[in-house]
Amino acid sequence: MNFDKELDARGLNCPLPILRAKKALADVGSGQVLKILSTDPGSVKDFAAFAKQTGNELLSTAEAGGEFTFFMKKK
Amino acid sequence: MDTKKMAIIATKGTLDWAYPPFILASTAAALGYETQIFFTFYGLQLVRKDLSVLKVSPLGNPGMPMKMPFGPKWFKNINWNMPNAIQAIIPGYENVATALMKQTIANNGVATIPDLRELCQEAEVKFIACQMTVELFGFEHSDFIDGLEYGGAATFFEFAGETDICLFI
Repeated sequence: MNFDKELDARGLNCPLPILRAKKALADVGSGQVLKILSTDPGSVKDFAAFAKQTGNELLSTAEAGGEFTFFMKKK
Repeated sequence: MDTKKMAIIATKGTLDWAYPPFILASTAAALGYETQIFFTFYGLQLVRKDLSVLKVSPLGNPGMPMKMPFGPKWFKNINWNMPNAIQAIIPGYENVATALMKQTIANNGVATIPDLRELCQEAEVKFIACQMTVELFGFEHSDFIDGLEYGGAATFFEFAGETDICLFI
């Protein structure tokens, strides 16, 4: 999937992936896509909840070998 | 849609209890909440300039796992909980427990309290210190970080009365 910015939040724990993502989203324009890498298992539910509450769209969530990849489109 | 609001009363002054208010406030701010924390009684320690005052005590806290943050896995898995009477007579026990807790926090990629507090301030979480307890405990305003407001219960209610979420921690 194409993306405009990548955030490496691997090794970070709650609530840092969400806080870093919020900051990274501020650097991209409306409609642009942020790719987020995380190793926090809690981030799966957290990013879904973050998207629901902020109106940014979670395009996809994938897991491979304990690593999670999210694509989020800025509102 | 109106902006959602959250108010927290932070009353605890230990390293472990510093986490819930700062984690919830920074996350709420990231979710777009207008957020305020009212620091009172021991919670005032969380807005000191010098955060090294924050310690953790396993004494009288049977819920706290006591595990070493280093060494092989079998060693890390040992639970070192010991009777209160023994904990109480070991000098520096809390300092050691605090150092081990800080190492565990770092090992797990958990943010430090100074970092979380700064993230709250960057996100414009409003900090209010209870003036009555500042005086009660003999603190000076110079003991606390910049950007604090000082007020009382009525100040808290002015904002808390309009919130969607209001927590006492």
